[in-house]
Amino acid sequence: MLPILHIGPLAIQVPGLVLLLGLWLGLSLTERYAPRYGMDSKILYNLVIISILAGVVGARLLYVARFPDAFLSKPASIISLNPSLLDLSGGVFTATMVALIYGRRMGLSFWPTLNALTPAVAVFSVALALAHLSSGSHYGMPTKLPWGIVLWGASRHPTQIYELIAAGMILFILWPSRETFKSTSPGVYFLSFLGLSAGAYIFLEAFRGDSPLLPGGIRIVQLIALIILAFSLWGIKKLELR
Amino acid sequence: MTTIGSLQWQPFASEILQKRESHIQLKTPISMKTFILKHWTLFSITLLVASAVWIWSSRVDPSQASAAETSAPHKGFLAPDFSLSTNEGEIITLSDLRGQPVLINLWTSWCPPCKAEMPALERVYQDYKDDGLEILAVNSTSQDNAADAIAFVQDLGLTFTVLFDNNGSVSKQYRLQALPTSIFINREGVIQEIVVGGPMSEALLRSRIKPLFE
Repeated sequence: MLPILHIGPLAIQVPGLVLLLGLWLGLSLTERYAPRYGMDSKILYNLVIISILAGVVGARLLYVARFPDAFLSKPASIISLNPSLLDLSGGVFTATMVALIYGRRMGLSFWPTLNALTPAVAVFSVALALAHLSSGSHYGMPTKLPWGIVLWGASRHPTQIYELIAAGMILFILWPSRETFKSTSPGVYFLSFLGLSAGAYIFLEAFRGDSPLLPGGIRIVQLIALIILAFSLWGIKKLELR
Repeated sequence: MTTIGSLQWQPFASEILQKRESHIQLKTPISMKTFILKHWTLFSITLLVASAVWIWSSRVDPSQASAAETSAPHKGFLAPDFSLSTNEGEIITLSDLRGQPVLINLWTSWCPPCKAEMPALERVYQDYKDDGLEILAVNSTSQDNAADAIAFVQDLGLTFTVLFDNNGSVSKQYRLQALPTSIFINREGVIQEIVVGGPMSEALLRSRIKPLFE
């Protein structure tokens, strides 16, 4: 666990830094292999950057909508650079909408675009696991297993390391230079990533100690992952038979 | 032609190679498409049923101890308890404040972001103190000077509770990584958020404090 890195007088938030690095590495990989999917790497890069910027604006606007009173005394805070004043769901929704609109305007094909973006998302998943490891969040349930790590007052499943291994394996399986998915229909590569990730989440979430729960103790992430897995399996069949 | 003993090796070897090639030729075209056509539905249903069983069997038993019953300096855990004294010698114990939302702010007088966020902390305190908000500004005295800290409080006209962590025990308990650090605690004594670094804007403070009352 290394949440803060001290460099001289600077205290750098490691999880944020790791996510930025993951985004940069992922985009570089996507840019490199975009031509394989018949995509213009510059357009793809713009698509991601514009979506992220739109996502940040959307996340801030939804945050302001949720806590309007907080901004009444100093409305200038609405445009502050503070990353804590963001709503994740608002950001994801806005980014997706803007990506769809931009993609349509640029005449991008839906499935080849998602295929081309898959390496970036796969690298980002590895970075996300590293960010969880550095912050100590997504920690595991208490365990007596010999590989348990002492965290937050107990020996726990090293769920962040499980997550890192799973994300690393998925990246390895789906490494863009592989020929495995070359002859598959457009979209199957992306849906394979989605299905593999959903499967990993269904399995690994069971060892997590801070899962958001539904009444009855069902873990929300597992349920969402099950729906995504079902969609991926159905989608792969549909696309491959087309 | 290769001869091993009385065996004629070459025709035998080429036959094996031919068989092997025909086997490979048969194998290669078994693409994902063929597999999907043949077994995908069965594979999918099996996988989904197994996943559903796993989800059901790994559901959390409500009788298991939750993080909110364990003490640790992390979101979702019970805030580690401490007792510190004010400048007037009054001893304040965190667990005695159970039932009230609490904001712990770890600071020093030499830290510019700590100084920058104090006026916002004071304004928010004035707005929420009648609703029960308690702000504990814990001076990390082990890395500061008590006299400088007192002058700092007087200069800024702070009215919330200021405590002195003379031996650094609270900084250690909360694994202080950077100054300032703010810990938002709900009425049940459970940490809702830890903000490392600053200065926090007033908007951030208000948006984090409001949910503590819910």
